[in-house]
Amino acid sequence: MSKAPGYRDELRSYVVGIVLAVLLSGVSFALVAWHPASLRTTLWVISVAAALQALVHFRCFLHIDLSRQKRDDLSLIVFSVLVILLMVGGSFWIYDSQMSLMQPSAA
Amino acid sequence: MSLWHALFGKLGYDALPFYSAIATGAASMVVIGALVTVAGLTWFGAWGTLWREWLTSVDHKRIGIMYVVIALVMLSRALIEGCLMRAQQAVAYDQKGFLTPDHFSQLFSTHGTIMIFFMAMPFLIGVINFVMPLQIGARDVSFPVLNSVSLALTAAGAALLMVSLCLGKFSTGGWSGYPPYTEIAYSPGVGVDYWIWALSLSSIGTTMTGLNFAVTIYKKRAPGLTLMRMPLFVWAALCTAILMVFAMPPLTVATSLLALDRYAGAHFFTNGGGGNMMNYVNLFWLFGHPEVYILILPAFGVFSEVFSTFSAKALYGYTSLVIAVMAIAVLSFTVWLHHFFTMGQGADVNSAFGIATMLIGIPTGVKIYDWIATMYRGRVRFSVPLLYALAFLILFAVGGLSGILLANPGVDYQVHNTVFLVAHFHNVIIPGVLFGMLAAYHYWFPKAFGFRLDERWGRISCALWTAGFLLAFMPLYVLGAMGLPRRTVSYTEAAYHPWTLIAAGGAALLFAALASLIIQLVVSIRHRAALAVPAGDPWDGRNLEWSVAAPPPEYNFATLPHVDGIDAFARRKSAHDAYPAPPAYEDIEIPRPSALGPAIGIAGVAAGFGLTWHIWWMAGLGLLLAIGAVIARSFVRETIEVIDAATVAAEDRAWRALLASEPAVDRDAECASANRGLALPEAV
Repeated sequence: MSKAPGYRDELRSYVVGIVLAVLLSGVSFALVAWHPASLRTTLWVISVAAALQALVHFRCFLHIDLSRQKRDDLSLIVFSVLVILLMVGGSFWIYDSQMSLMQPSAA
Repeated sequence: MSLWHALFGKLGYDALPFYSAIATGAASMVVIGALVTVAGLTWFGAWGTLWREWLTSVDHKRIGIMYVVIALVMLSRALIEGCLMRAQQAVAYDQKGFLTPDHFSQLFSTHGTIMIFFMAMPFLIGVINFVMPLQIGARDVSFPVLNSVSLALTAAGAALLMVSLCLGKFSTGGWSGYPPYTEIAYSPGVGVDYWIWALSLSSIGTTMTGLNFAVTIYKKRAPGLTLMRMPLFVWAALCTAILMVFAMPPLTVATSLLALDRYAGAHFFTNGGGGNMMNYVNLFWLFGHPEVYILILPAFGVFSEVFSTFSAKALYGYTSLVIAVMAIAVLSFTVWLHHFFTMGQGADVNSAFGIATMLIGIPTGVKIYDWIATMYRGRVRFSVPLLYALAFLILFAVGGLSGILLANPGVDYQVHNTVFLVAHFHNVIIPGVLFGMLAAYHYWFPKAFGFRLDERWGRISCALWTAGFLLAFMPLYVLGAMGLPRRTVSYTEAAYHPWTLIAAGGAALLFAALASLIIQLVVSIRHRAALAVPAGDPWDGRNLEWSVAAPPPEYNFATLPHVDGIDAFARRKSAHDAYPAPPAYEDIEIPRPSALGPAIGIAGVAAGFGLTWHIWWMAGLGLLLAIGAVIARSFVRETIEVIDAATVAAEDRAWRALLASEPAVDRDAECASANRGLALPEAV
């Protein structure tokens, strides 16, 4: 198999990515399987691990970084994150308000 | 009985449209129209051409044209439905009128569904498909076969809607299909199912179109065409594409969950069983509000091109227009709650979304002033596209202002669910979207077919659309303020009657406008020799689409252009180097036609129809056909054909010889037959 220039860098990026991804998933599964920490800590750790997981995928598998030629991709990702935050956050806010006003038990 | 059910599901003789004379007439028109089309195609022996050159084509220009054809056919149907409703309200004072409440409800449901999903969406997607790759100097979109599949899915949805006229009744739940009314308990018929599957098919197609357009604009721009040099229409297309990617999935989810409720006994949006219909409303408008910007942004893009071209000036405030269009795209995700101010959330939530809604008026205002400033001290020619643009400028401002009124939750509590709202959204959608698309149709028609549209009938049509709109919808503001609820089939309040009569007169004018559009097309085709513009630049255009022949060759550009600033073609013309001859020609690879699109379209209709009528074998067969077609496609190895450099050179040189032989005309002769598409640039 012929090795194109940059093959080693590419390979290293994928290996680092898969190791980090497995590690982050492993931590989350371990926390749920063996309950070493309180529920609150567990939820926090899983949330942070999930966010890191997304970053690892972007960096190692999709090759998104801060370099100039990747700026377009990065700006699209930032825009996507913004829109998703608006949609999900806004929905939570609306649901919460309706819940507090319309479900007597929740007030 | 059980064999019948296995073979035909819920279909029976009672599905035939004999419940009213109007329904029978409408169904007959669909059947006769289909028969005439089939007979005509057979008579002219055009089946082979239709299949090879059009249905299986993956050329973005042909796909764009087919989208616009769907849009115009569906516009005709939905406009007639609108006229029927106006006529009903005009005669239904203190009596029943000629439509039953059930039939009237079907009409407003199909009218809304068609106008949004099968008129406006195909129209703007078609225009973007045709124009955008030409404007960015590309040979096609990034995924040509996917483009054909998207078209087929949209066509399948439209076909389901046409079938619903002939078999069974359509939904009576309005274009937004709110549960619990659309749940199986209250709407046990097949109507809501028709609505769900028609929307699902087209929304999946639209999501893929959005991805396709966004990738194309990011990856296939000509060398030198940086983002801040893109024509405003391409910016609008980019924002629209991104909105499609994010806004269509909530709709697909909402209709899928509703389908689960109806078919599988789920309780997502039911009253009991832990369901909550408010989730549906939130999901629907998460789609629905970005959707109105999906509709209007391409129109803004068209008007930007039209104002600039017909004023012979660069756009005023290019950067501010770009920022405004991006700002609108982001803000469109912050306002969806204004569609349900009255649903019961707190005043703090309502006021936040109300203020966000009013904020959209700012970038929109920026755009309007930029367009006015573009015309200032320009050489303005009052051609048909510019007439639409001027009508838009004034009427859209009125519609936008009534939107600012409605953005105030207090006012909205007063007038929501009245025809005031109907007046508002028709006031932004007709002068905004429809006029924008009609301006685009006039403006780019010569590029697509090689001849201009008849100017006189264009003016008549524009005048009729404008007058008809004013007469049909301004009275609804008054009626809404007086309290007439929307979707009213009859009423006893005498004060309403004069206004509904005026509105019916407006509807008649709108019908005449549609007729004049058809007459214009026929007249133009008959006079196509005198209207021909083979050189390709009839309007002294400013962007790259005008720098090639009309109609453009299959590969668009013999050699890919190099761009060194905004208004690339205008720069070349002012440097007296409009058509630089390439030093050499190269082989061009273009994608081969593919039958995947039509196969998936047919599969989509079968699956949708089978699911609607509970004909499970047909639904399964459709699904299998779609999956099988995709697998079969992956075995096709020959996906590219090569046009060799000699052929490209011969075609390009023939066109250059034509350029040299045609007279260059100034703008006074723009509408004369001397205009063969070679422009003498203005010195402004």
